[in-house]
Amino acid sequence: MIEIDTVSKSYGERPVVDCLSLTVGDGVLCVLLGSSGCGKSTTLRMINRLIPMDSGTIRVGGEDVRRVPPEALRRRIGYAIQSIGLFPHWTVEDNIATVPRLLKWRQARVRDRVAELLELFRLDAETYRGKYPHQLSGGEQQRVGVARALAADPELLLMDEPFAAVDPITRDALQTELARIHRATGKTIVFVTHDIEEALRLATVIAIMDRGRIIQIDAPLEILERPANDFVRDFVGHQGLGLKLLSVRRIADRLRRGETAEGEPLALDASLGEALSAMTARRTDRLSVCDTEGRRVGVITLGDLVR
Amino acid sequence: MHGGRLLGTPVLWVGVLFAALLLRMDALRPVLQHVFPGVEPVIYNRDSFLALFLSQLGLVAAASFAASLAGVALAVFVTRQAGRDFRAMVNALATVGQTFPPAAVLAIAVPMVGFGARPTVIALFLYGLLPIIENAVAGLEGVPQGVREAAEGMGLSAWQRLYQVDLPLAAPLILAGIRVSVTIAIGTATIGSTVGALTLGTPIFDGLVANKLPFVLEGAALVALFAIFTDMLFARLERWLRPLAD
Repeated sequence: MIEIDTVSKSYGERPVVDCLSLTVGDGVLCVLLGSSGCGKSTTLRMINRLIPMDSGTIRVGGEDVRRVPPEALRRRIGYAIQSIGLFPHWTVEDNIATVPRLLKWRQARVRDRVAELLELFRLDAETYRGKYPHQLSGGEQQRVGVARALAADPELLLMDEPFAAVDPITRDALQTELARIHRATGKTIVFVTHDIEEALRLATVIAIMDRGRIIQIDAPLEILERPANDFVRDFVGHQGLGLKLLSVRRIADRLRRGETAEGEPLALDASLGEALSAMTARRTDRLSVCDTEGRRVGVITLGDLVR
Repeated sequence: MHGGRLLGTPVLWVGVLFAALLLRMDALRPVLQHVFPGVEPVIYNRDSFLALFLSQLGLVAAASFAASLAGVALAVFVTRQAGRDFRAMVNALATVGQTFPPAAVLAIAVPMVGFGARPTVIALFLYGLLPIIENAVAGLEGVPQGVREAAEGMGLSAWQRLYQVDLPLAAPLILAGIRVSVTIAIGTATIGSTVGALTLGTPIFDGLVANKLPFVLEGAALVALFAIFTDMLFARLERWLRPLAD
């Protein structure tokens, strides 16, 4: 649980964050979305006190962040950034172990935790723990970066455009992975991006920011269907709105239970966009759908997508 | 395996040659007598070359050690938030130190601290500061912004960031600066002989004064080998450090 209460920050005369209030509940993945210079990164960095706020209060887990020494606060909050910032002279294991070692965990516990995290990110522990960052691909580096942020099991994870610098295919994979890890761990995450597609894909809640203020805060579907004003409508984009809606809506809501169809089934929690893509690729208008255990539970048809 | 690699490198051979000349220069007596007929003695004999070398080694080590500590400390200071304003000043002072000819520094230092080793160490210290500061500042500023931000964001304290992240990553460049500084100091230390410090420069100056060319050659050859050998040792040290930073 994190509460940002009427927080402001200005550089000289220029306000960067303007009396901003925002509450993020436990387990929520809140995306701060806006173009560059809108104050989203500044807001993020005020949470772990990398940037001091001018006025207002931020509470993490009910505790005023200014009452906690900054180092102690930061060791409780995971932090992942676009440039990753892995320590080039340390192995993957040492990098991931950074915060646990700062917290003086016992060696065996650190070792187990590193293996567990590499497992979580589907990197083979024995292969990867001894490697140096320059021996990893960009996608692997960012996985290690996020693993490092999660290492000490922080109550909150802050991510500042973590996937902006990787290629589209890797980004897609990393987003899928983050969504999976968010579901698996139930962490509270504040995620900064300027990429609407990324926001729609990952967010439980999207806060659209402009000039240091929050313009609209809503679930992704609400943002698309009921933009608060022209700014949000422009930002979300008129073009391709239908496709964005398809990417946010889930198959589960349109499922024809009990019916059956041929072919490889789609997952129940896949988006309608993925269903449309599969239909187009397979030249069919009916797809079988399965649940997480792989049981076929129904079908979805082309007509259902636009219902 | 390792010994085999060592045998194939020049550092060992230069070291052997240097040690041989240092300890057994008199073995060259017949050659020198042949080349310089009538010069007697043909081998410098007022002090042993080993004693001269050890004395110079002590001067260089003391000055370079102090310059390394002071230079790295100053570089750390001017690359922190609190010292940023002093950066231009420190750089300017070090540059001025470098532009003074060491002979002039000796001339100024002698009336203040007397003859002998002390003015030499002071001159070497001042003279050796600049390359160390410059390299250390470059190394510390070369730590990628993302790495610094990650270190701070994860809750490393200022000290932990300095000695776990900044200094290890800057180490290859810092070492390169020390290497340049030490090599310069070895050459420059010979001038200390003019104010009474014992160095391998002593036979050079004695030879010049007494018009005995063999003394000059013996001193010059040993100083050159000393500098080259030290430089090679540093090169090996750098190569050993490098993979940590890549």
